Amino acid sequence: MIFEVRVDVQLRPGIADPQGSTIERSLPALGFDGIDEVRVGKSIRFRIDAADEATARQRVDDLCARFLTNPVIEDATVEVSAGVGASA
Amino acid sequence: MSTRIGVVLFPGSNCEQDAVEAIELIGGDAEILWHGDRSVQRVDAVVVPGGFAHGDYLRPGAIARFSPVMDAVVEFADAGGPVVGVCNGFQVLTEAGLLPGALQKNRGLKFLCRTVGVRVETSDSVLTSAASVGEVLQLPINHFEGNYTCTPETLAELRADDRVVLRYTDNPNGSIDDIAGVCSAGRNVVGLMPHPERASDQLLGSTDGLPLLQSLVKSAAA
Repeated sequence: MIFEVRVDVQLRPGIADPQGSTIERSLPALGFDGIDEVRVGKSIRFRIDAADEATARQRVDDLCARFLTNPVIEDATVEVSAGVGASA
Repeated sequence: MSTRIGVVLFPGSNCEQDAVEAIELIGGDAEILWHGDRSVQRVDAVVVPGGFAHGDYLRPGAIARFSPVMDAVVEFADAGGPVVGVCNGFQVLTEAGLLPGALQKNRGLKFLCRTVGVRVETSDSVLTSAASVGEVLQLPINHFEGNYTCTPETLAELRADDRVVLRYTDNPNGSIDDIAGVCSAGRNVVGLMPHPERASDQLLGSTDGLPLLQSLVKSAAA
C-alpha cells in the first residue's frame, strides 16, 4: 500500500530559533500585533510503500531518527495517511 | 618518511586545497580522499575540511555522513586514528556521531566571516598537543551554523573530562560555554569551527593556525 507522509521538523524547545525571532521582531513594524512564539521549521512530504500503516509509521520514525532530524536540536511530528491515486 | 594526512573531498567542500597546502607547508604529506571511496587509503590522519558538503541540504553534514568514505573514517577514528573536522567538517563529525552536540544557526542570524580570538583550553588532544594551554590564537571563522549546543549532561561531561579544546575569547555566535572546539572521549577526534589552515602563512594575516596543524602532523606521526 502507498501512504502519504508528512514530516514536520521543529527545533526543540529551548533551542534558539534566530529565524523565528527575526520574523517575530519584524511583525509590529508590519502592523501585525499580538503574535509571539514564532518558530520556523521544515515540512517534508513523500510517499512510502508499506504493508500497513503501522509498518509505514515505524519506517518513517526510523528515517526521522537517523536522517531527517538531528535529535540533539530537532523533533519531528509525523502524519501518515492512505495514499490517493496509488491505484488509479 | 613523511606523514600522510588524508583530506576528505565531498561535493561542495571548498577548503580542501587550503588544508592540503597548509599541511604540506609544515612538512606533512597531504592527499585528497574522495568521498565516494570506501577507504581512507592507509593515511595516518584524516581532515574533514570546510565547505558545504552536499550543498548542506537538510542540515549541514546530514547527507555527508552517509557518504561511503565516512564508514571508513568512523572505523579509523574508533581505532584511535587522528581525525579533525574544521567548520563544515565539525558539523559532519557531529552528524556522524563521532563528536557530541550539534551546530545550530548563529545567534543573530548572520553569516560570520572574520578573525576571532580562540583560547587553547587543553593540550591533551590531537589538535593541541603542540600548543600551550591559555594561549590565545587569532583564527578566521567563516560560518552560518557554528553555534555549538548540547544537552546539559553532555556539557557537564565535556567540562569534567577536559574535552573543551578551544573557547572563543569573545563569543561571536552564541555557542554554549563559548565553545569553539571539542574532542572525543578518546581525544583523537577534534572538531572546531575556526579555520587553522587559513592562518598558516604571514601572507594570510596570521600564522596562529600552525601550532594546531603541527599538533595534527605530530599525532599522525605517532
